[in-house]
Amino acid sequence: MKYAPLVWAALWRSRARTIFTLLSLAAAFLLLGLLQAANSLFSLNTVNLSAPLLITQARVSFTNPLPMRLLAQIEAVSGVTAVSHSQFFGGAYQDPKNFFAQFAVNPERWRKVFTECSLPDEQFRAWQQSRTAAIAGRQLAERFGFKIGDRIPLTSQIWQQKDGSRAWAFDLVGIFDDTRKDSCPRQNNMYIRYDYFDEARLLGQGGAGIFVLRLSDPALAERVSRQIDAMFENSPDETKTQTEKDFSLNFVRQVGNLGLILNSIVGAVFFTILLLTGNTMSQAVRDRIPELAVLKTVGYSDGGVLALVLAEALLLCALGGMAGMLLAVAAMKVLSRLPTQFPPFNADLRVWIFGVASMLLLGLVVGLPPALRAQRLDIVEALR
Amino acid sequence: MSAIVSLRNVVKTYTRGKQTVEVLHNLSLEIAQGDFVALMGPSGSGKTTLLNLIGGLDRPTSGEVSVAGERIDSLSSGQLAKWRARNVGFVFQFYNLMPMLTAERNVELPLLLTNLSGAQRRQNVQAALTVVGLADRAKHKPAELSGGQAQRVAIARALVADPTLLVCDEPTGDLDRATADDILHLLQMLNRDHGKTIVMVTHDPKAAEFASHQLHLDKGQLVEGDVKAAA
Repeated sequence: MKYAPLVWAALWRSRARTIFTLLSLAAAFLLLGLLQAANSLFSLNTVNLSAPLLITQARVSFTNPLPMRLLAQIEAVSGVTAVSHSQFFGGAYQDPKNFFAQFAVNPERWRKVFTECSLPDEQFRAWQQSRTAAIAGRQLAERFGFKIGDRIPLTSQIWQQKDGSRAWAFDLVGIFDDTRKDSCPRQNNMYIRYDYFDEARLLGQGGAGIFVLRLSDPALAERVSRQIDAMFENSPDETKTQTEKDFSLNFVRQVGNLGLILNSIVGAVFFTILLLTGNTMSQAVRDRIPELAVLKTVGYSDGGVLALVLAEALLLCALGGMAGMLLAVAAMKVLSRLPTQFPPFNADLRVWIFGVASMLLLGLVVGLPPALRAQRLDIVEALR
Repeated sequence: MSAIVSLRNVVKTYTRGKQTVEVLHNLSLEIAQGDFVALMGPSGSGKTTLLNLIGGLDRPTSGEVSVAGERIDSLSSGQLAKWRARNVGFVFQFYNLMPMLTAERNVELPLLLTNLSGAQRRQNVQAALTVVGLADRAKHKPAELSGGQAQRVAIARALVADPTLLVCDEPTGDLDRATADDILHLLQMLNRDHGKTIVMVTHDPKAAEFASHQLHLDKGQLVEGDVKAAA
């Protein structure tokens, strides 16, 4: 510890250079933290975790709708307390960029399955009474300024009406709250009535889409998912039953090999910051050659000087890296409040281990060459 | 008085490209403990090379160098570093202070290598700064000090670990006459009152007058002087 002031002072010898390097490191670690959190999230396999809700989709793809006749069989499985069929509508409000998730459901089944969603009774009754009625989550309503009584025009990218039109319209009769904060918030969803939708659509009548199952005990998730998938094995309608979180993540995974994409970006960021910080450290040591020679003159050993330079590089990377990681955590908190269909990012232990290991590795890689140069420094030559 | 510095048949050669240059030719000398020696001579005569050998910054190509009773020509790099920390204080022409450290932190540098506590280090630093008359400038950085003050801080750094030998390379070369005289008086006081043996390289005959003995080098050999040349 007695050398700490010396290392600290050396770090700030060129204040502007150190500040810019720290800012670069912080920016890089902000990006690394966010990307690694995304990587950590998308690489999760939660099939065996407990969950109160399961989703049964067609084994091939969730875009292949399952037939409605499966509902009764799924409902009969022990541990399943309620089942809601749910067909993705894929509509945009006024402009294609105003996209949000809409699902065609049966109101009574919806209420039994999505028990975390609170919809006032009179609004629920209004939804039951009108076939063109729809309900929206609180965040969605606030985002677009929807009010009860509004007629909401939607253009579906998937479904045509029988007259060939893709333009649909629904009457907003209810706004619900979803108190869950952990994952897959439904506050950005809109629910329309399946019976109206099924009758009006041009194609696909009778298709249920997916099934959302409520379990009597979250611990039954693994057993129930296996049992359901086994029931339909080798049938024309093979199923894949998974937790709601996994379902959302698999939706994103369709983009491509996300792990590879994210790891490639992480690698590029790391390599860039390595070059930048490496250059800074080399420059910092070049500027201080006479000072390092003086340290050796007064009795600091070659190893001691090496350790001082290495400590400076590690301190630089640790300071910039920690600032970046803390910014990443703050950014994740902000992002988790934004409207999204997906579980929020979290800086879990894996992300922190990755971050700290990256700081150490970066510190060693960028610090070692100048530290070795300082170690080999010839006093007489350096002071000449 | 016994010799604190003893060189016997010292040869020092440097290789520059394909050329080998012999800087010191079979040089032998002794410097007594408590002496203040001025090492003079024209540029390229080998003064600084000789000073570097005495201070343990460099090793001879052949011959023996003993300082404070220890053969330092055969020490390893690590042993030499430890030896320097215990036995020698260095003063340079351009002070060579750490610009980002305060005067007291600069003076403390050699003490970080010891087992002294933080309080003991601070006490020794304060004492060294008091000896050089700069106790009130302890918190100032080198850029906030005049040339003379910076050199005093460098002398305090050289003194603080209480070495037996002070090695000074043109300590007044960057100073005006009056300030140079102040520094030379300070070195004289350290030699006289604190018993420090001082070897000082200088071009300046006036500076050399402050020393108790003068040693003249030319082309790597002692040419005259009143320091006893070893037989």
